[in-house]
Amino acid sequence: MVSSSLRIHELCKRYGDFVALAPTSLDVAKGEFLTLLGPSGSGKTTMLSLIAGLAHPDEGRILIDDTDVTRSPAYARDIGVVFQNYALFPHMTIEDNIAFPLKMRKVADAEARRRTAEALETVHLPHVAKRYPRELSGGQQQRIALARCIVYRPAIILMDEPLGALDKKLRDQMQLEIKRIHRELGTTIVYVTHDQEEAMTMSDRICLMNAGAIEQLGTPQDLYFRPRSVFVADFLGESNLLKATVRGVDGEGLDIVLTEQAAASRAVGNGSRFAAGEPIKVMVRPQNLVVAEAGSGMLSGRITDVMISGSLTRLYIAPETAGLPQLVAAHPTRSGSAPYEIGQRLSLGWHAADAVAIHDGGI
Amino acid sequence: MGAPLVLLLVLFLVYPVGQLLLLSVYGDNGFTLAPYRQLFASSVYLDVLLITLKISLATTLVCVVAGYPIAYLISVVGKERKATLLFWVLLSFWTSFLVRAFAWIVLLGRNGVINKTLISLGIISSPASLLYNFGSVLVGMVNALLPLAVLTMLSVMENIDRTLPRAAATLGARPGMAFWKIYFPLSLPGVAAAGIMVFVTAIGFFIVPALLGGRRETMITQLIIDQVQQTMNWGFAGAISVLLLVVVLVVFAAYDRLLGLSTMTGGSASRNTAPSRLSGPLTKAGDALLTLLGAISDRIILLLPSRRRERNLDQAGMGLQVFVWTMLLIISAPTILMIPLSFGNGGLNWPPQGFTLHWYETVLNSPLWTQAMLRSLLVGIGTGLLAMLIGTPAAFLLVRSDIRGKAAWLAFILSPIVVPRMIIAVGLFYVFAQMGLVGSAFGLVLGHTVVAVPYVVMTMMAVLRNYDTRLDHAAQSLGAGPIATLRYITFPILGAGMMSSFLFAFATSFDELTIALFATGGLNATLPKQFWDEVTLQVSPAIAAVSTCLFVFMGLLIFVAERLRRRAAAR
Ligand SMILES: Nc1ncnc2c1ncn2[C@@H]1O[C@H](COP(=O)(O)OP(=O)(O)OP(=O)(O)O)[C@@H](O)[C@H]1O
Ligand SMILES: [Mg+2]
Repeated sequence: MVSSSLRIHELCKRYGDFVALAPTSLDVAKGEFLTLLGPSGSGKTTMLSLIAGLAHPDEGRILIDDTDVTRSPAYARDIGVVFQNYALFPHMTIEDNIAFPLKMRKVADAEARRRTAEALETVHLPHVAKRYPRELSGGQQQRIALARCIVYRPAIILMDEPLGALDKKLRDQMQLEIKRIHRELGTTIVYVTHDQEEAMTMSDRICLMNAGAIEQLGTPQDLYFRPRSVFVADFLGESNLLKATVRGVDGEGLDIVLTEQAAASRAVGNGSRFAAGEPIKVMVRPQNLVVAEAGSGMLSGRITDVMISGSLTRLYIAPETAGLPQLVAAHPTRSGSAPYEIGQRLSLGWHAADAVAIHDGGI
Repeated sequence: MGAPLVLLLVLFLVYPVGQLLLLSVYGDNGFTLAPYRQLFASSVYLDVLLITLKISLATTLVCVVAGYPIAYLISVVGKERKATLLFWVLLSFWTSFLVRAFAWIVLLGRNGVINKTLISLGIISSPASLLYNFGSVLVGMVNALLPLAVLTMLSVMENIDRTLPRAAATLGARPGMAFWKIYFPLSLPGVAAAGIMVFVTAIGFFIVPALLGGRRETMITQLIIDQVQQTMNWGFAGAISVLLLVVVLVVFAAYDRLLGLSTMTGGSASRNTAPSRLSGPLTKAGDALLTLLGAISDRIILLLPSRRRERNLDQAGMGLQVFVWTMLLIISAPTILMIPLSFGNGGLNWPPQGFTLHWYETVLNSPLWTQAMLRSLLVGIGTGLLAMLIGTPAAFLLVRSDIRGKAAWLAFILSPIVVPRMIIAVGLFYVFAQMGLVGSAFGLVLGHTVVAVPYVVMTMMAVLRNYDTRLDHAAQSLGAGPIATLRYITFPILGAGMMSSFLFAFATSFDELTIALFATGGLNATLPKQFWDEVTLQVSPAIAAVSTCLFVFMGLLIFVAERLRRRAAAR
């Protein structure tokens, strides 16, 4: 098992006046699966190209196992890249494609053949060895790209939206495959996607990017339950956001006043510091919004829409208090329970532990 | 829909060429092989064939080797620089062969720029004779055909996925390896296509060897001209034509055996590069050779100062840029140097002296020149319209319908490019003489349409392939009938493409000399014919004036065509 740690220090990339990546630092541990997540144009591919050596940073350093590689060319970095469009060489057979990196490393022919076969075995495609890339389906090409990458056991593998072109079912299958390979090889993987579900299920840590900078870095749970900003709360899953003001801080807990209802309540912090009097947003995830008989909860509203998406039932609710945004509540779909009706009046509440305070980014 | 095109080609390509070939074995007294006996009786004609092959091969080699870096640079640089580079290639491509050959006469002459410069630098003391030898022919030929080679290779290189060499780099390939093992094999279909296009065109050339070559650089097409114009020996002209045609067909057959003719249609072939038909051991040898080249290049790169090794993958090296601009300068400069000479009153000697509009007045006051200009415009527009009218429906048919034997039809339609122009021209002359079409503008339009229509069909096919037919379906679902769909959707979107293929046909006709050489029948010359008559008679500054006019006219035309193309691409 080969695997390296990766350290990025104040890395920066500009195109003319445009800052594609603001000075950014990031540490990836040996064997970690880190996902770069973010909206289109947020600098994910830029970051990946810089790490791979396909683009050159304007400032900053890149270290692999504490060796500075900022100035070394792509071919000398021992980094594997799985490109979004696979980038299989159309004029070579699958076998030759996979053997290419071994050839470049002057691995003996017999050994190369053995390892190629092994890599094909790993991705469950030993029968396509003699074919050309265009004779393969999209999913198969994807797996070959993966095989070509793992065959030379690079210390770090970078993947740029490798599953972007696949349909849902194949995606799920490939996610498992990639996770399995990660487990078996223990390679450090930096993975790019803009699919938040994919990021949540696969990653040890997620690095959420926005406008060329890191918005938040942490475990999926961190990002989901303790978002540092409204942007993070919004980007990962659905959320209900209510305006509030901090009254007082005691340890992890906060005394707050919800602005629209002028009601006192409690919330937990997201790990950053809050000051009394500070305007904030309070986030409650849909599954934590407790729906009850009218008149019993903190606020009340009417159902505007009911959506049953398989295992989850979502209720869209228009609060009666003026100025509040539409809220969404979700809970597991139960057969035989009394159906909700549009226009039905409900009461809404939540446990203090499920209300997370976030600095108001002004969104 | 394809019927008019088939009719045109049968009547004015197959029939005339067939006639000419028939004449070689069918004299006044029935079947005869006399012309062939004459052909092989002495070594004179075979020597000419060998010289033709030698010149063509040398031209092809230089064009491909020098053109490759140019095409490569154009395919990798950013948008703006690409437009600039492309403009110079296109300008050269479109500038009349005659104008460019004439410019070299002036440039290489005893009192030309090169001799004068060398003398003033003290490198030589008296003018060297640079003209009328193998070197001057080669320079002229390369100048004539380099743009074609560049454009052919470019069409393939532009379709090569840029991430592939990058992927190779991440897999551990050094730059030299990534180029030779990945990029180069992918660009090979373009190289092959360029090679055969240049070779086949070169073999049928007569302008350059006639103007820049001496007696020992006579090419086979010149023999045909002599036979027809001086001795009216149709049988012998036919026999030489057969020889020429056989050589061309052998070249094509060899090409097909090695690489497959499908690679010639450029774009589509490159996208899903077929494994070449080269058999196992040959492929292995090729692979080993590429690996070796890669290793050598990387060694050389390692010798460079390290600062240069680190540059960005996509940045073109200084050496490459210098080379490309030098080549572009060499192919454009001669024509541009004509401009100051045309305003001078010191003849065609360098440096130009004084300023006069005398030569322009001479040309404009000469009814020969003005009528030739009008005639060329007329014939060009006629050709453009007729080629569009006949070619567009055929392109629709080939792209949109599932007719059987598409490849064969395409080969037939493209055959006017393959058959040496000279053979078509002589055949047409013979047939036109029977039909009383010699010297008529109509005959010229027909002849020019035959050679222009393949380009129209190819351009229109490319345009149609890129056209999203769902737009038509959308229009129809919105209630538009077939005619309304064509009128409001299809044609407006295809407009720019149609305009540019019209211009292509126009320019082909406007610069056409071979057919005009005979079909004008000595009277009613077109501009190139008039130019040719004058140039072969005497080299005068008036011709420099005409050259300048043609150059400026073509420059404007490309500018307009390029604008249209870009507008079409922007949609
Ligand atoms: N070569 C370039 N020249 C100029 N700007 C560029 C270049 N490459 C990227 N950019 C810009 O840098 C920004 C970041 O691009 P990047 O490709 O990293 O985004 P991304 O996060 O990968 O987006 P996506 O999810 O759409 O792939 C974008 O705004 C993009 O327009
Ligand atoms: Mg990207």
